Amino acid sequence: MPHDHHDHDHGALSPSGHPYRKDDDIVLSYWQMMEISVRELLIEKGHITAAQIHNQINTMDARSPANGAKVVARAWSDPEFKSALLTDAGQASRDMGFDIGPMHLIAVENTILVHNVVVCTLCSCYPRNLLGLPPDWYKSRAYRSRTVIEPRKVLSEFGVEIAQDVQVRVHDSTADMRYLVLPAQPKETMGLSADELAYWVTRDSMIGVGLPQAPK
Amino acid sequence: MKVRVQNHWPPGHIRTPAYLRGKTGEIEREIGLFNNPEQNAYRLPPQQQRLVRVRFTMAEIWGDAAETPDDVIEAEIYAHWLEPA
Repeated sequence: MPHDHHDHDHGALSPSGHPYRKDDDIVLSYWQMMEISVRELLIEKGHITAAQIHNQINTMDARSPANGAKVVARAWSDPEFKSALLTDAGQASRDMGFDIGPMHLIAVENTILVHNVVVCTLCSCYPRNLLGLPPDWYKSRAYRSRTVIEPRKVLSEFGVEIAQDVQVRVHDSTADMRYLVLPAQPKETMGLSADELAYWVTRDSMIGVGLPQAPK
Repeated sequence: MKVRVQNHWPPGHIRTPAYLRGKTGEIEREIGLFNNPEQNAYRLPPQQQRLVRVRFTMAEIWGDAAETPDDVIEAEIYAHWLEPA
């Protein structure tokens, strides 16, 4: 049995060279306890079932940046759709068949004159009903505070240099709207199909901290 | 149209960021009517408020410390926070 030997060192590294992660045997926080209590009460009183909660979590986990990539790729290849997207991005996404719930979405277009980047300084608002859960850095205090103070420096740390003659437009998701950046279509992709184009659209390019990239 | 965000500091659930209070910007677009989150957050009967996207220059917000004065920040502000400028 693998755990019978006595020279087992719990401070050692895993076969892949990483330290073993400690079990999270910590006391629940006030809000964790509150969430569990409310959830269990709702189930006990028959308002919702555990299966319904689990299904909702699965639905959210199934959303991914690939959905947004399909929306962007279609906008690149279909001018009528692009115009619909810039008018009402929520409706245009629904018309493509994406279940985005009640989300209000605005698409902002990168051009030769404007580069858009999205942040939520107050919390972590993100178009998760289209793109899935936000990356951890999006929720960090550093990203949330610095992006409105020094967006060009933040972008350069993501590897994106914006020329001085291009205006940086920071969108702070302060209230009811969510934002999707429509990146500029790379020249080398002109003429590709929407299916092929979707592989070029990265999550970060739809937040504005990245650019479209050739698929690997 | 130019508008100024009121320089108010009430307690409670406020969705007007502190760094924009007292700052002047240009209306970028009207979004529509939404429940006022300051009431909604406390389960008070919410009044509908116009939600407005306002564009501010970095120069207006950060003054001489602006990274690039002509870059802009756009944010959604509820109409009851706005006054003509």
